[in-house]
Amino acid sequence: MRHLLNRVAATLPVMAVVAVLVFLLIHLSPGDPAALIAGDTASADDIARLHAALGLDRPLWSQFLLWAGRLAQGDLGTSIFTHVPVSRLLAQRVEPTLSIALLTMTLAVAASIPLGVLAAHMAGRWVDRLVMLFAVLAFSVPVFLVGYLLIYGFAITLGWLPVQGYVPLSKGVGPWLSHLILPCVNLSLVYTALLTRMTRATVLDVLHEDHIRTARAKGLGVVAVLGHALRCAAIPIVTTIGVGIAFLIGGVVVTETVFAIPGIGRLVIDSVQRHDYPVIQSVLLLSAGLYVLVNLLIDLSYRLFDPRIRA
Amino acid sequence: MTVPSPQADQAGRPPLLDIRDLRTHFDTPDGTVRSVDGVSYRLEARETLGIVGESGCGKSVTALSVLRLLPTPPARFAGGEIRFQGTDLLGLSEREMRRIRGNRISMIFQEPMTSLNPVLTVGRQIAEAVTLHQKIGRRQAWQRAVEMLRLVQIADPERRAGEYPHQMSGGMRQRVMIALALACHPDLLIADEPTTALDVTIQAQILELLRDLQAKLGMGIVMITHDLGVVAECCDRVVVMYAGRKVEEASVADLFERPLHPYTRALMASMPSLQGRGGRLAEIPGMVPAPQELGTGCAFAPRCPLATERCRRETPDFTGAATGHGVACFEAAPARHQPVVLHRHAGARP
Amino acid sequence: MTMTSPAPASAAPAATERHARRSARRRRWMRKHPPLILGAVLLVLVAGLSLAAPWIATHDPQALDPLARLAPPSAAHPFGTDALGRDLFSRVMWGGRASLVVGLTVAVLATSAGVLLGLAAGFVRRADGLVMRLMDGLMAIPDILLAIALMAVTRASLTTVIVAITVPQVPRVVRLVRSLALSLREQQYVEAARALGTRLPVILWRHVLPNMVTPLVVQATFIAATAMLTEALLSFLGVGLPPQIPSWGTMMADGRNFVAVAFHAVLFPGLFLAATVLSVNLVGDGLRDALDPRLSRQL
Repeated sequence: MRHLLNRVAATLPVMAVVAVLVFLLIHLSPGDPAALIAGDTASADDIARLHAALGLDRPLWSQFLLWAGRLAQGDLGTSIFTHVPVSRLLAQRVEPTLSIALLTMTLAVAASIPLGVLAAHMAGRWVDRLVMLFAVLAFSVPVFLVGYLLIYGFAITLGWLPVQGYVPLSKGVGPWLSHLILPCVNLSLVYTALLTRMTRATVLDVLHEDHIRTARAKGLGVVAVLGHALRCAAIPIVTTIGVGIAFLIGGVVVTETVFAIPGIGRLVIDSVQRHDYPVIQSVLLLSAGLYVLVNLLIDLSYRLFDPRIRA
Repeated sequence: MTVPSPQADQAGRPPLLDIRDLRTHFDTPDGTVRSVDGVSYRLEARETLGIVGESGCGKSVTALSVLRLLPTPPARFAGGEIRFQGTDLLGLSEREMRRIRGNRISMIFQEPMTSLNPVLTVGRQIAEAVTLHQKIGRRQAWQRAVEMLRLVQIADPERRAGEYPHQMSGGMRQRVMIALALACHPDLLIADEPTTALDVTIQAQILELLRDLQAKLGMGIVMITHDLGVVAECCDRVVVMYAGRKVEEASVADLFERPLHPYTRALMASMPSLQGRGGRLAEIPGMVPAPQELGTGCAFAPRCPLATERCRRETPDFTGAATGHGVACFEAAPARHQPVVLHRHAGARP
Repeated sequence: MTMTSPAPASAAPAATERHARRSARRRRWMRKHPPLILGAVLLVLVAGLSLAAPWIATHDPQALDPLARLAPPSAAHPFGTDALGRDLFSRVMWGGRASLVVGLTVAVLATSAGVLLGLAAGFVRRADGLVMRLMDGLMAIPDILLAIALMAVTRASLTTVIVAITVPQVPRVVRLVRSLALSLREQQYVEAARALGTRLPVILWRHVLPNMVTPLVVQATFIAATAMLTEALLSFLGVGLPPQIPSWGTMMADGRNFVAVAFHAVLFPGLFLAATVLSVNLVGDGLRDALDPRLSRQL
């Protein structure tokens, strides 16, 4: 219990730093934030009015406290472009993004762990080389290029799957899933490559440990021995899943653009073009919060995987 | 190389373990390493055979060859047979071999600290071996694990079975290893330096435990060690190995009384417990040659005080196997025997 | 396994024999690291093409040809043309410069900043907490989002793109340098130098930095690869380099609205970018495995 509280408490300074960074991003950037927000077409009068309305004439620290205070109450602010509360904007967009993220993660974990274990088992042979070649390619080819290749091949040429767009889950699982397959396969490639490499490296290390020889000496078959090894390799793998969340969130932005999916990633890009800073700030804060939360959970899960940490 | 002809005991059964002219080689980028190069020995049921030699002499590789636990490649069986109760293990499929490992032949290793899986309870590790080889439920397998822990004299075995290796001392972990190895009542136990990593007091306890268990369960033991003290303590016969070959074989009493090979004599001279108090320990000059550097001639010749031109030119055959005390040396005349104080130890044998 | 034991020192072999053995070892080393060789060759090739662009390019990369828009590959235009009728082959040849400049600059900048901050965290007790909290915060924001946000508050130019890509990379270097610094600090030669009263900057320069070069070079290589990909991503998303700078990223961004009719406009710049990033990644992997295999878990 105390351990839990300590861990949770340790995330607070991280989130505080994120809040400061996100705040300063706008306020320390060159030029008047009001001018940035108002855009190129605004007149000097408009800018001056906006300047006062945003409270920009107050000292920086007082602006920050005001902003952070509203954040703490769950108020993410109002979109400058649409004049709708940011929380409502995000709520409208969260379903496609969450669908992509969860499905991608499932795909990546399901593919990478068997692949990594196989590569470790076959270390140095051609299967291993092939898996590692896939990994380095996935790290090298731009995500959107693969996305277009998938669209070109499976949607345009073969016609098996829809080209672009998103259908909400409420319109049926089939259409929903069919629109998600290509974006999720696309996005999962990098994540899979990352996890596969880590799985291979750690399992390979464990396979050289003495207790694996003991396991073989008692007559266990290859699959059972690899199971033993995977159990011992769990912590670095799970840690990488957590670190990869950042890849995933970043990747969603790109995939949503390629596949024309109206999610939060698309919203960010649109907001950049509209200078809609409250939206950008909110997305940064929320994705950092998600990252911190997932990694907190993973940190807490270590004790499930290694009895030595419980002691 | 003289290979002893296959012999059956009075009941006509083949010996428990019969290794004939085993050659285990490793293919490395720097050439072939002949880690085991024509080794033969035999073990009867309920017998304990010691395999002695410095590290690198091939004694562990021989043992791992028996269970076929070496990665192939780089390891390669370049010749010979390993007959276990008459079956050649080298001819078995991997699946057939798995049914033997942990079931009819078990092995315990040198490092109790790292030889158990750190993330599984010891009870589960033992029970896993039992369910693998016997048609028995999970609960019964757990019961067997607890029984085995009791058998190796671990106090409060019900509680200990649910603990993880890191909660135990080195000696206790080695007891767990023994419990694990014997859980399916194997016919043969290979113990690879089972006491080397332990404190002296614990060493004696573990050896005694092994002797007790052998009396109870009746398995044959191959005891691999570099410590002649361990041999004197618990073996019936001894094979001395040097650079991948067997250089001497005798009963324990014979070997300590009448060591024939200069290497065996040097080993004894370097052993503290066989020396008179205050006596200087002799060290063997030089090192075991790296196996890939072996040329022709006796491998021990560069370090041997008795070496002649012939020793450097020809490899001596293993002779005298029929008499029960064989040796591979041209100069191994008993006349050369330098007295080694032995009586205390000869008396210590059971 | 108990099979290796140090070989006794034999008589020194003849010098020629030693030389032959050494060159044989070198040849074997090369054969053992084919990715490194392959990556280096590929990288030299791409860099050579980019440098030779003025002589290789068949057209002015900015010259418009309204009559030949989105033309498929042909003899006149080996890679076809884009939506404004510009020759893609020439543009692809020129476009490598931006990618290489971004990759190299970001790698150097992120590594230098990371080394400074990491050494401060590792050796100056009071700086440690502050620097590391800052880095934790930066790492919590996904790289691409942070870069996008930085681009949102600045005017697009080569400099701002480089800065926006560099900032998210710095924390990785800081963490690496700090962990190396913490272990080096305990080394006896560092403690001895401290006991002798050597000033901290001298210790860092003479004893600490030289021992970090290998992991830093490997890390910098991976950062260069990431930076080139991120530049293309930002341009593709419309928040990267301004359109007048021909880069593989801006070319793909130009082509993305015409994917269905003119896939070549995305494909060729994409392939060149992928080949370049691949070569840098191969060099990084190869260097890591060749110089210090133990790094493979950290980087």
